[in-house]
Amino acid sequence: MDKDRIDQIIDKHNCDPGYLIQVLLDIQAENNWLPREALERVAERLQVPMTRIQHIATFYKAFSLVPKGRHQIHICVGTACHVRGASRVLDTVEGLTGIKPGESDLDLKFSLETVNCLGCCALGPVVEIDGKTHGKMAPAQTADVLKNYD
Amino acid sequence: MSEILLKIDGKEVKAKEGMTVLEAARSAGISIPTLCHHEKLEPYGACRLCIVEVESRGWTRIVVSCVYPVEKNIIVRTRSEKIDRIRKMILELQLAHAPDSFILQDLAKEYGADRNRFEKEPSFCIHCGLCVRYCAEVKKKNAVGFVDRGIRKEICFIPEIASKECWNCKECFPLCPTEALQAAYVLVEALISPTFLQTRGREIGSG
Ligand code: SF4
Ligand code: FES
Ligand code: FES
Repeated sequence: MDKDRIDQIIDKHNCDPGYLIQVLLDIQAENNWLPREALERVAERLQVPMTRIQHIATFYKAFSLVPKGRHQIHICVGTACHVRGASRVLDTVEGLTGIKPGESDLDLKFSLETVNCLGCCALGPVVEIDGKTHGKMAPAQTADVLKNYD
Repeated sequence: MSEILLKIDGKEVKAKEGMTVLEAARSAGISIPTLCHHEKLEPYGACRLCIVEVESRGWTRIVVSCVYPVEKNIIVRTRSEKIDRIRKMILELQLAHAPDSFILQDLAKEYGADRNRFEKEPSFCIHCGLCVRYCAEVKKKNAVGFVDRGIRKEICFIPEIASKECWNCKECFPLCPTEALQAAYVLVEALISPTFLQTRGREIGSG
């Protein structure tokens, strides 16, 4: 991510340290992760210590300090999805992508996470990719769904 | 500033508005155990060891004395069966993280806390925040901070700042109720420069 774009985001929030989290969220949304140089720029411009930025960036799950894949897969392993076979869906997705929850593949195509209930249990097992919900997932279907992303 | 009268352990105590119960007690020579409190730092309320019973208008509550402001006519009890029981539990939980801390062991003796009650998970840090806050508030260097949260929360030095500032300061070391801080710093130094430790290692041992 280039410095000018980071400066634009910071300026959009009037360079106000009170908007630190919002600035980080914007960078995360655009870049998929928070590179060190970006954080240093934010620290410098907003005049907040790096310790604080580091604490926030590691506190919230929304932030990532390592590169993330272009597509975020969230597999629900909440109670309802679990009893409907979420673990088998997870197994097949792990097999297809070659990554485990919390990881991203080498081509940075996918990142995989598990979540505990997406709030639509009647659709379980639920898989969410880039915010789009895929309900009633059977392990055999997952390959077809993943094929749509590149 | 107006004066506030309250009672602590049966003693009449005069306090100024805005003072905490802990400060009022200490000014009257009554001691309350603390771990995360430091006179030069903003109140933090992390360790909860300083809890006391406060009675006002017939109600008794448990409050954290290092952050609780004095009120008119309250009755404070710094020790009671209940308070001692909670302090004992807090100490036992902290000892699971820092079993060899001398400060914790001394307090454990006083409150009859069993250091083996909980399975040990030595992270050596009890998250008192003294090092982090001292570096930020007093030294204004922000060389050390917390990362992560919950059971994975830990202190972390910023190597670029630590390599410049810490060697000549190290004022946070004696504040740590465990030995975690020093260990973490030694580790950072080792990472900054692998030969650093060989040349300076002995000084760390004596410092
Ligand atoms: S390292 Fe020591 S001083 Fe720092 S937060 Fe942990 S226990 Fe407190
Ligand atoms: S348990 Fe999966 S959506 Fe509720
Ligand atoms: S001294 Fe009051 S909470 Fe730690």
